Amino acid sequence: MSGQEGDSIASALHINGVKTLSHSLRFYRPRGFFCGIGKCSSCFMTVNDIPNVRTCITPLKNDIRVKEQDRVGIITDKKFINRKRKKIDTDITIVGSGPAGLMAAITAAKQNVPKILLIDENHLIGGQLIKQTHKFFGSKEEKAGIRGVDIAVDFEKQVKGYKNIEFMLETTVVGCYNGEKVHKLIAVKRLKDGDQLFEINSKKVIFACGAMENMLAFPGNDLPGVYGAGGVQTLMNVYGVKPGDKVVMVGAGNVGLIVSYQLLQAGVNVDRVIEIMSKIGGYHVHAAKLRRCGVPIFTSCSVKEVYGKDKVEGVILVRVDNSFKPVSGTEEDVTCDTLCIAVGLTPSIRLLEQIGAKIEFIPEAGGHIAVHDSTMKTNVNGIYVAGDSSGIEEASTAMIEGELAGISAAASIGYDKNAKKIMKKCMKALNQFRSGPFGEKPRICKEKIACCWNGGINY
Amino acid sequence: MEGLTIKNYKETGVLCLKDLKIPSEKQLRKGVAIIECIQEIPCDPCVAICPVNSIFMKDINDIPKIEYDKCTGCKRCVSICPGLAIFVIKIQDDKAQVTIPYEFLPIPKVGDNVNALDREGNVIGNAKVIKVNSKSKTTVITIEVEKEQAMEVRNIKLD
Repeated sequence: MSGQEGDSIASALHINGVKTLSHSLRFYRPRGFFCGIGKCSSCFMTVNDIPNVRTCITPLKNDIRVKEQDRVGIITDKKFINRKRKKIDTDITIVGSGPAGLMAAITAAKQNVPKILLIDENHLIGGQLIKQTHKFFGSKEEKAGIRGVDIAVDFEKQVKGYKNIEFMLETTVVGCYNGEKVHKLIAVKRLKDGDQLFEINSKKVIFACGAMENMLAFPGNDLPGVYGAGGVQTLMNVYGVKPGDKVVMVGAGNVGLIVSYQLLQAGVNVDRVIEIMSKIGGYHVHAAKLRRCGVPIFTSCSVKEVYGKDKVEGVILVRVDNSFKPVSGTEEDVTCDTLCIAVGLTPSIRLLEQIGAKIEFIPEAGGHIAVHDSTMKTNVNGIYVAGDSSGIEEASTAMIEGELAGISAAASIGYDKNAKKIMKKCMKALNQFRSGPFGEKPRICKEKIACCWNGGINY
Repeated sequence: MEGLTIKNYKETGVLCLKDLKIPSEKQLRKGVAIIECIQEIPCDPCVAICPVNSIFMKDINDIPKIEYDKCTGCKRCVSICPGLAIFVIKIQDDKAQVTIPYEFLPIPKVGDNVNALDREGNVIGNAKVIKVNSKSKTTVITIEVEKEQAMEVRNIKLD
């Protein structure tokens, strides 16, 4: 089998018609990939005898042997060839190079922090920006009217222009330990000839790890063809691979609406968008774009089950009443080869949890988040958080939060020129973003976080 | 756009323009932007790009309001609007020129005959492409339709 340069293993397999990447252990059910960004375990395969490789974020290379793994992978000693761990000392480490991480790095670099390390487990800089082909909302300062992918290109140029920013791609932080003055991160960098272990000693750490796609529970949800919206976006916008020919979109929030529109742009038939709530959750303007292309949106509608032999062949939809209970007799059978799930995100906080940051469950944040103050500082000295990791919100606000975290971290080690002014500007911009009706959820989320920070009120 | 009542757009995604305060005949003959953005979303590039300051917002979450008398129908807001929610309508004799943002391939050429679609994607007639501006990735296309369809046609479909 062959693929193109720049493909991931999963995208190359997909275009070769291989949608089943593994089988479940007990019932041998076929499984395909789901999130497409290395956050779930759906795409684990054995590559060159190394098991549990996340094929969705592993770049395709020449002459590799990719095998399905049908049991829990056992790590051979090939995984870590006999290499000593390398040590890196740095001032600020930023985990995640999405909008928040990039802005944090650029802001700290502008403050002349001597050593900034930007780590990302993907092979491209930009996080989810690289697949946002739509124009961003917001104001001029937050790059409104510019497409996410163009923002990523611009950021990448900026980051590469700073000599004080070093970046490590294809590097996963697997552990972090709280030190008194210096925090220790353990990271694995994937090199051509095996993995390299790094020990990073950093004065300050900013976690901008993003979020992961939510799943829905229904029979058949593990069939290849049930994809997360982010995964679908990755396939078509990053790798140029059509996820399917006929898609049913689940969720009429902004993500569901935008990805549906992008599917249309890619020449994929979007049969309909369904939404369990009685109202469309996303912006009307996004819904209007779909409607005038002839895509219907059904509210108060949910998935009963997905059927198919080895892959999605169709979906049974059902109307729901005001309490979200299925109304019997309203089932509708829709044939499709892809069911795209866009039902929200959950913040990625595992590293923050590990380092001892105070974690609270806040529904408006999308799940558990690290409690932080208005300058993005957590309760662990020297640890900061920004972007979706601190509560699900927009890319525009992630950029502002990244700037805030960057400036706070820089100021805390003495690079505090204009710091107060910049912080004030950021906070003002955030408040403005969150003051409208669509900012209600993040506004409540951040208010609750502030309460937790001040008094530890438990929700 | 004062007086616009929206029926069920939250359920359907389709605006109902029954009560839309349509620009006056004179304003429409001059050519004006119709802003179909009716929710308070934090976004303001239309205000920033307007060369004659005809679009107003109290703050970034406000709904954009346009002063038809000031608007020159220059179409700059059509391509900048992230929501693709701005259209320019110009009436000439018994025809209407409708300018729409378009982000699909292939891009039609001037002179092409295309299907005119309404807000629900229904074909409601034919349209002739009279202007194509593909300077930005959002192509701005002006089509000519029957005058009566000016407030209905919001998309095109190539055969």
